[in-house]
Amino acid sequence: MSETRTDKYFGQALKRKEDPRFITGTGNYTDDMVLHGMVHAAMVRSPYAHAKITGINTDSVKDMPGVIRVLTGQDVQDAGLGSIPVGWLLPDLKTPAHPAIALTEANHVGDIVAVVIAETRAQAEDAAAALEVDYDALPAVATTHAALADGAPLVHDDVPGNVAFHWEIGDEAATTEAFKGAARKVHVKLRNHRLVANPIEPRASLAQFTPAGGDYLLYTTSQNPHIHRLILAAFVMSIPEHKLRVISPDVGGGFGTKIFQYQEEVIVLLASRLIGRPVKWTARRSEAFVSDAQGRDHDTEAELAVSEDGKILGFRVNTHANLGAYQTLFAPAVPTYLYGTLLNGVYKIPAIHAKVTGVMTNTVPVDAYRGAGRPEATYLIERIVDMAAHELNMDPAELRRQNFIQPDEFPYQTPVALVYDSGDYEPALDQAMQMMNYAALRDEQARMKGGKKILGVGLISFLEACGLAPSALVGQLGAQAGQWESSLVRVHPTGKVELYTGSHSHGQGHETAFPQIAADELQIPIEDIELIHGDTGRMPYGWGTYGSRSAAVGGSALKLALQKITAKMKKIAAHLLEASEDDIEHEGGVFRIKGAPDKSKTFFDIALMAHLAHNYPADLEPGLEATAFYDPKNFVYPFGTHIAVVEIDTDTGHVKLRGYGSVDDCGPLINPLIAEGQVHGGVAQGMGQALLEEAAYDEDGNLLAGTYMEYAMPRADDVPFIQHGHTVTPSPHNPLGVKGIGEAGTIASTAAVANAVMDALWHEAGIAHLDMPYTAEKVWRALKDARGSQPQAAAD
Amino acid sequence: MNVTLTVNGKTYTRDVEPRTLLVHFIREDLGLTGTHVGCDTSQCGACTVHLNGDAVKSCTLLAVQAQGADITTIEGLGTPGDLHPLQTGFWEEHGLQCGFCTPGMIMASAELLKHTPNPSEDQIRHHLEGNYCRCTGYHNIVKAVQHAAGAMQGASQAADD
Ligand code: FES
Ligand code: FES
Repeated sequence: MSETRTDKYFGQALKRKEDPRFITGTGNYTDDMVLHGMVHAAMVRSPYAHAKITGINTDSVKDMPGVIRVLTGQDVQDAGLGSIPVGWLLPDLKTPAHPAIALTEANHVGDIVAVVIAETRAQAEDAAAALEVDYDALPAVATTHAALADGAPLVHDDVPGNVAFHWEIGDEAATTEAFKGAARKVHVKLRNHRLVANPIEPRASLAQFTPAGGDYLLYTTSQNPHIHRLILAAFVMSIPEHKLRVISPDVGGGFGTKIFQYQEEVIVLLASRLIGRPVKWTARRSEAFVSDAQGRDHDTEAELAVSEDGKILGFRVNTHANLGAYQTLFAPAVPTYLYGTLLNGVYKIPAIHAKVTGVMTNTVPVDAYRGAGRPEATYLIERIVDMAAHELNMDPAELRRQNFIQPDEFPYQTPVALVYDSGDYEPALDQAMQMMNYAALRDEQARMKGGKKILGVGLISFLEACGLAPSALVGQLGAQAGQWESSLVRVHPTGKVELYTGSHSHGQGHETAFPQIAADELQIPIEDIELIHGDTGRMPYGWGTYGSRSAAVGGSALKLALQKITAKMKKIAAHLLEASEDDIEHEGGVFRIKGAPDKSKTFFDIALMAHLAHNYPADLEPGLEATAFYDPKNFVYPFGTHIAVVEIDTDTGHVKLRGYGSVDDCGPLINPLIAEGQVHGGVAQGMGQALLEEAAYDEDGNLLAGTYMEYAMPRADDVPFIQHGHTVTPSPHNPLGVKGIGEAGTIASTAAVANAVMDALWHEAGIAHLDMPYTAEKVWRALKDARGSQPQAAAD
Repeated sequence: MNVTLTVNGKTYTRDVEPRTLLVHFIREDLGLTGTHVGCDTSQCGACTVHLNGDAVKSCTLLAVQAQGADITTIEGLGTPGDLHPLQTGFWEEHGLQCGFCTPGMIMASAELLKHTPNPSEDQIRHHLEGNYCRCTGYHNIVKAVQHAAGAMQGASQAADD
């Protein structure tokens, strides 16, 4: 992208067009919807991680107040509904069936075994609590370790050894060779623990069936309504797509967990058909903990080969990924293609080999959570690179710098399949180090050594592959869907414009950023443009929002549709001005004859004539709307350097995130206010994993943190102001040059904060690695043990 | 059971089940859906409203406990044409993304500014400890409250002059 920008709106930090409804409490979320005659569903969930369902006594609640019907797995089977499918297949993947309601066996705590429909929510919940269900408890496995042990109980009889897949990437022989000559082999065994995404809006669904036409309407909390329509219509319900309209209205955050096809959506659709009334279900937070797909959960052993002077020679990785009890939509892709392919980071690594084993357990399913595979890869490589720096007694920044892929080496083929198309890593590193005053921090760290408070500096340089994705490529890798995006632009006779996109905003500000793109292309005020999204009944086709794809893929589709509009407007202008089309220019908000600026037509003149068609080119269709589909040529590769600064109280072990600086390169920013907001939120979420959050299970498969009382997320006083910087390296292959920013903060910050804590503990006590989250107790114990074994020089 | 209370200046009498939480009464009986429910353990603050002038989590009390109370919800704080300075602050500073926590954040912040017109960063962060936001990392929420505090101080100084 070398064109000079003369644009007016692109790049401006405009406040958001969508905000008036949210700040006045007039947003419209799924649970806010009321349909005439609506009744309520309550789920009966298994209290066991693994159990045979031996009996359900539906009579036990049929006389309770308000109860209309009880649904069981038998009703799902009788209705002929298909299993909820997996959207990404790997070679030899074992995919257990995933019925909307379990028929014979519950496979995790929270698995749905029956549903009560009643007049009110309270009545439905009362009856759900009273329903008699008989179970025979079965032995359960919660961890990859337990699931892979000899003689471990099977989660599903048709998944032998609990192994859903074995997958590998890279060159094993070359990697073995690289390790042979290496001066140092840095080894780590680490756990990337499990998380709950926890958008503050709980999931909800509301379905209405209209018998006359056989039409279904589904309001649901989704990041991608078209995907639901496809899965539900074609795979689960076997109805034509046009018989199901899916609307995701305002959605209160997604972070990945609102991508997937859930059981409850199938259930409310079925229930509405069976009882002939609209049916709503809204998750309690405690239900969300046992039913929203969770994130991460890797057990990994890895080794990095380095030369004595800090050159990275090879990297080998063996990861066991806990998939939970079922495979949801992207589950097999997350620990494989979204993880293994990122293990190269920003470095020149001659040889990499990674093996991943996908393991079924009796836990809530695991799938994409903000970053999806890329935070896991980034954490691993950035952690082990820091350990190498510590072992070699090198500054972690310098070790990184000397291994960076250089700007003249792009496109860069990594040993793990990806071709990075662009990048320039050193300026981001330098800017971050300056911004955070890195040298001074190191001095301060030295001064604080041995004191009551110690300092840690965590620096990471990262890259991610996002903008999912070239359809042909992901098709080859097993995706069961295309990953292009589409957009429709409709210009009304009055010159007002509606944009439609298959992307979905659940906080990302599309209703502002997309009109910014359009206002420049059409050269009209942004107030005349509105974006509409989230309704399969109104939009062209689309694949939704995840994998930081909206701007790069959805925005590019919009740009192409806009170009079709302006091209047609030029034709109409040429006719009206009696000039040749080649002589028309679109400048200063008007279409005019080059060299005769007084002969012009406004946007409105042409929009009106396109609809009147009174004085109109004979060979042109009336009307003014255009649809475009855009399939990206490659992923986009945002990158950056983040630095976290922590202070640890050695008396209590308490870790305080004192400062955080991010320098991100996501290409040109459409709206810096929105882009920076994405980084703030992402950083907070990632630091949450490092310091606070953990979805721990006991060995019987009970989730120990099942409400906000036990699951700690960052609160306002856990996070500092985030300092920012940007470098701008445009994507060379999409029409806007933009990359993604939705996940970068999370991908980077977990590793940065973890490295900061470990940097403090290494410098203070020689502790090479501890697993996250760094709770006060864990840190205090580690310090105490280390100090006990190696006497400390300084006393307090 | 009958309950009578005033919400946003309008008095309502409704027959409710004794166990109805105030938040459900506001959302379902009165149709004021700007007040949200984000948890079932009183930890998220999405349901924050003002009850007789104090910020309360409306999931922590029953509708019948609010008998006779004067309640303000986000809908009563300002309108698109006449925004409260906090609403303006959140808009100007991009203090919201998905908007789900926003009504609760604004109502909780309004209480802070009533007692502490010029709060420090720490005071703001401390006061908002009971409100979860999963989107913004709180950065712009803190700035939004500072923005509003500045605007309100400016306005009161102007009034004093
Ligand atoms: S809903 Fe009231 S605190 Fe969460
Ligand atoms: S803006 Fe989404 S939870 Fe705060």
